[in-house]
Amino acid sequence: MPRPDALGHRGLLAGAALFVVFAAASLGAPWLAPHDPLGLAAGAGATLERPSAAHPFGTDALGRDLLSRVLWGGRVSLAVGIGVEALTALFGCAVGLVAGWYGGAVDAVLMRVTDVVMAFPSLVLAIGLIAVFERPGLDKVVLVLVALGWTTIARVVRGAVLALRTRDHVQAARALGASNLAIMTRHLLPNALGPLLVAATLGVGGNMVAEAGLSFLGLGAQSPTISWGALLADGQSFLASAPWVAVFPGAALLLAVLAVNLLGDGLRDVLDPRFRA
Amino acid sequence: MLFGITLLVFLLNAVALGDPARAAMGQRADPAALERLRRDYALDRPLAVQYATWIGRLARGDLGTSFREQRPVTEVIAERLPATVRLALAATLVAVVLGVAAGTLAAVRPGSVLDHALMGAAVLGISTPVFWLGMMLALVFAVTLGWLPVSGYGGGSLAHLVLPALTLGALHTGTVARMTRSSLLEVVRQDYVQTARAKGLPERVVLGKHALRNALIPVVTVIGIGLADLLVGAPLTETVFAWPGLGRLLVAAVGQRDLPVVMGAVLVFALVYVVGNLLVDLAYLLIDPRTRRAAA
Repeated sequence: MPRPDALGHRGLLAGAALFVVFAAASLGAPWLAPHDPLGLAAGAGATLERPSAAHPFGTDALGRDLLSRVLWGGRVSLAVGIGVEALTALFGCAVGLVAGWYGGAVDAVLMRVTDVVMAFPSLVLAIGLIAVFERPGLDKVVLVLVALGWTTIARVVRGAVLALRTRDHVQAARALGASNLAIMTRHLLPNALGPLLVAATLGVGGNMVAEAGLSFLGLGAQSPTISWGALLADGQSFLASAPWVAVFPGAALLLAVLAVNLLGDGLRDVLDPRFRA
Repeated sequence: MLFGITLLVFLLNAVALGDPARAAMGQRADPAALERLRRDYALDRPLAVQYATWIGRLARGDLGTSFREQRPVTEVIAERLPATVRLALAATLVAVVLGVAAGTLAAVRPGSVLDHALMGAAVLGISTPVFWLGMMLALVFAVTLGWLPVSGYGGGSLAHLVLPALTLGALHTGTVARMTRSSLLEVVRQDYVQTARAKGLPERVVLGKHALRNALIPVVTVIGIGLADLLVGAPLTETVFAWPGLGRLLVAAVGQRDLPVVMGAVLVFALVYVVGNLLVDLAYLLIDPRTRRAAA
């Protein structure tokens, strides 16, 4: 069976290219942003200005340059999306490896917990968890998303481990007296990396949408921290008079999520032939 | 499952409140009243006893008293629930009607321009953040064209329902459309569809009567899964459109740290979710006779 070539997969390429653009724009925000994203001194009477040559995305209610704010906001959105997923993958891997390798009662208990966490509509529970904290903030968003997000990865890794545990090389390692930890990290995990990578990539998009949603509701990033969700909350207030305040951050969010999803779907096609349509 | 859910919500509350009695009654509460409250809710006993007491109240439909409004949480939630149910049902209707229609149209000529356009729109619908879509719909249809109201409940008028239902249903519409298409393409290859065609039945009857009915079975599963999307989208959609539902109540309660209301709302959401999945399983028995035989 011919393996689809990563370089020949259009969705994967488009997603990767778009993602690189967003990553570069976020990393380069300090140099690319034409104005200070927090600077209020864009000139008197420049509030809620239409998009123009000086301000390609227009200005917000305090006269701040929206392009600069969208660029800086991308840093937060991408950092939260990727950072949360890294922590999630770490925790999910640990749970999945232990549950899959030890099996029995350990597996049963861990999977029951996973089921319960999964039983909640995630954003509803995330909103509920934010209430635990004295005041909302981006750090709490990260904490909550990690606390709720690890289940998918745990399931994926556990599934892979179950399929691998009776393979010869794992049995051989065991017979040679390798410790449980060594088997899990050196023989099981590397072979589960494919599905893990796919799940993690798709997870990044989910995290970005969740962060934007919470920030939009006022339960995430608090001013002066800029995130696309918080920018959209501003946009909501000026929808009738200055629609560009809502249009540009949302379009950025949509494109970034689309990029990550295309990347994830593409990786799945390339790494896992079974899923190919 | 329900046990796990209630335990999780209870622990959430236990962690959140240093001293629940003081949080409920304020800093200058009368010590005697505080003592009475602690005894009533078994707050001076171990957590396990507290949990049992709380479950006991829950079983009798007592969710406690809202810190902010000083009325029973059940009363506050009961006021808001109908609006959310109305919105969710309308959104499901949107998703099923638009999704099945789009999926069928796309499957009639796979690979055609129409197919690509519809499936592209479906992917876009799945990737678009709910609240941004809502704002853009409001911008086009309410602010610019002026066809529909921007937001509000409008005393339950149909015009006010259209945009929120489209917004909340959009994500789901994409999923249903994709599922309908792939399922229909699968079914069309089967022998009995070929037989129907060979009998000389018009294509409309073959697709509508023979193929679609069987193709819709997996679609029902997707509708069940989509229920989760609806619940997740409810707080966001309701906030965008100032819809007086449970989602907006939850968001407001979190902002005010009105924990009994937060707990109550999260529980109701979880309950709706579990019951919804149960109904989908039952619907399976109705529409697919094969599962009935397998179950018996």
